[in-house]
Amino acid sequence: MAYQVNGQTVEHDEEGYITTLSDWSRDLAEEIAKTENVNMTDEHWAVVDFLREYYDEYQIAPAVRVLIKAIAKQMGPEIGNNKYMYELFPYGPAKQACKIAGLPKPTGCV
Amino acid sequence: MSETKKFLYVNRKAPYGTIYALESLEVVLIGAAFEQDVSLAFLDDGVFQLTRGQDTAGIGIKNFSNTFRALGDYDVTKLFVERESLDERGLTEADLQAITYEDENDDWAEKPSIRVVSRAEMADIMASQDVVLSF
Amino acid sequence: MSTLHTVNKSPFGNGALQSCLKHCKPGDAVLLIEDGVYGAIAGSALAAEVRAGLSDVALYVLEGDVKARGIDAGKILGEVKSVGYGGFVDLVTSHDRTQAWL
Repeated sequence: MAYQVNGQTVEHDEEGYITTLSDWSRDLAEEIAKTENVNMTDEHWAVVDFLREYYDEYQIAPAVRVLIKAIAKQMGPEIGNNKYMYELFPYGPAKQACKIAGLPKPTGCV
Repeated sequence: MSETKKFLYVNRKAPYGTIYALESLEVVLIGAAFEQDVSLAFLDDGVFQLTRGQDTAGIGIKNFSNTFRALGDYDVTKLFVERESLDERGLTEADLQAITYEDENDDWAEKPSIRVVSRAEMADIMASQDVVLSF
Repeated sequence: MSTLHTVNKSPFGNGALQSCLKHCKPGDAVLLIEDGVYGAIAGSALAAEVRAGLSDVALYVLEGDVKARGIDAGKILGEVKSVGYGGFVDLVTSHDRTQAWL
C-alpha cells in the first residue's frame, strides 16, 4: 500500500499512516488529505504544522485534548475548540491530522 | 466514580536496556485522560531516565527522554526524584534535564516539575497513594 | 494505613528487595514471590541486611514458590511466615495498597 506523489512511491500502513516518517513532504500531505476528503486550507496547515513541531520537540503526537488546548493558546479559542477542529478534520483532529502530518497515530488512540 | 484518586507511577529501571521505562511513560500519557491526581517517582536506576543530553541516534531507538517535557501539557506536573539514588550513581540535579509546566492557576507561570526528595520523603509519598503502579 | 510490598526478583541479581526494605513504613508487609523467595534464605550474604529491615515490617514468602525451588523450610529465616495463594489474597485485602518491586 502506497501513496504516489511527484513520481515517488511512499509506503503506508493499512490505515493510511506513512511507515517512514522522513518520507513526508508538503506535496505528500496534500495527497494524503485528498484520500481523506480534506481540502487543505491555511487553518488545516496551521494544525498540521503545529503537530509536526510538537512531534519534533517531544517525540509524540499529542492527545486530542492537549492538541486543542495548545492550538487555543497559540491561535485563539475561535480555532482551538472542539467544534471547529472537528469541522477541519471530521474523522478526528488527532487521528486525521496526524495522518496528513505524516506522524504515527497518537498515543492512546486505538 | 468521579472521585479523584492518587496514582503513583514508580520508575526504577534505566531507559533503554528494557522496555519498562517507555511502557511506563505510555501508560502515564494514556492514563492522563482519566484526570486523576498523578505523580511519578524516579528512584534506583529510574533516575537515569531523566538525565540530559540523551542521543539515541546510534541505537535506532526513539529518544523518549524528550517526551517527559510534554507531561505538563497532560497535567502531570509532579516528578519526584530520590536524592540518595542520584548520589549513589554519581549524579546531581544538574545532570537532569529541565522539565517544567505552566501553572493554570498562577497566570501560566512556568514552574519546575522535578522535585528532588530524600529517601524518607519518597517512602512517605509512596505511603500516601491510593494506587501504586510499578515499572 | 499500610502497604503490602511484593518482590519477585532474587536479591542476588537485582536490588529490588534492598530498595523495598529501605522504603517500608512501620506496619508494612513484604511478600516474596517467584525468585523473590531466595531473599528469605538464612545464612546468605544478604540475610543480615534483610533481617535488619524487619524490626517493624513483616516478611512473608509464597509457599508454592519456595517448594518449587527446593528450598528446605529449615533454610528460611525464622522471622518469615509462609502463605499460600489464599494467604496472598488476605494480605492484599488487609493492606491499603499493594506496591510491586520488579
